[in-house]
Amino acid sequence: MEFNEEQLQRYSRHIILPEVGGKGQKKIFESKVFIAGAGGLGCPVGYYLTAAGVGTIALMDNDAVELSNLQRQIAHSVKTLGINKADSAKKTFEALNPDVNVIPVKERLTNKNILELIKDYDVVVDGTDNFPTRYLINDACVMLKKPLVSGAILRFEGQVTTILPGDGPCYRCLFESPPPPGLVPSCQEAGVLGVLPGVIGALQATEVLKLILGKGKPLKGELLIYDALRTNFRKVKIPKNPDCPICGENPTIKELIDYTQEYCAI
Amino acid sequence: MAVKVRIPVPLQRLTQGKEEVEGNGGTVIELVRDLDKKFPGIGERISEGGKIRRFVNFYVNEEDIKDGDEVSIVPAIAGGKAVNSKW
Repeated sequence: MEFNEEQLQRYSRHIILPEVGGKGQKKIFESKVFIAGAGGLGCPVGYYLTAAGVGTIALMDNDAVELSNLQRQIAHSVKTLGINKADSAKKTFEALNPDVNVIPVKERLTNKNILELIKDYDVVVDGTDNFPTRYLINDACVMLKKPLVSGAILRFEGQVTTILPGDGPCYRCLFESPPPPGLVPSCQEAGVLGVLPGVIGALQATEVLKLILGKGKPLKGELLIYDALRTNFRKVKIPKNPDCPICGENPTIKELIDYTQEYCAI
Repeated sequence: MAVKVRIPVPLQRLTQGKEEVEGNGGTVIELVRDLDKKFPGIGERISEGGKIRRFVNFYVNEEDIKDGDEVSIVPAIAGGKAVNSKW
């Protein structure tokens, strides 16, 4: 495809970067990104990837916009209260950049549907708010060898890492299994600084663009920890675990696990 | 063996809001026991049956803790709607 005049202008600040250029912008335009969660993280990730001109963005969320979301979930507004979050964000993103095909996926990710949902995408972004889905996404991406950019937030702290299955550790190499239900707080109970997902989401979007462009060094084998109160970024190493239950030498997880029931039973 | 321990935000409730505390111990589990004496309850959050829980990592300069080391406790986090929590 050739960019028209308007597109050349829109993406001109990318195109003049030698690391991007017309070629890179075309790569961005031809890429497909799956964003799990249209909340605190999914909103800024989707917003920036839309602005960047990612051609196809699937946005998955099954929840409706609530007033308490608007403190941080910047793609929604008072006009979309009560509307499905994927639909709400689609409106915002399309207003920003009509070139982008935003596909709302109004489902919950399960061990039954995830492989089918993500299989056609180049990169998966984890912006979900719970452990069952976080482990499910990791396991599915390992099985499909799909690059995964993972982000998580709580209170004033955020974590980001890029998982390249087959070429580095996965989320289970870092945290082998999810905490038992009830041992870790949620944003609802613990709170979250509204700007925090903006910082973490922008880092995730940057990682996605680097992967698409094949430029720079992905945040692989490392966990970036952001402490907003101290304005501190720390990186810790994630060694690949040869005994990892999903990406190790003798994986014990051969089918996707549904942790949801275990969690909901509590 | 005195070390500085970086307390992650979710655990700071147990350390009266302190981000960094002093701890003692030559191994990670000794350190956890020492922290639990000063901040009751923290041991249970981080460890179970004398082992570090599988969703928590400790980062130290080297494997054995040495005097003056800085130790970071890094738990898995996921913001959201799950109910019931002790942290």
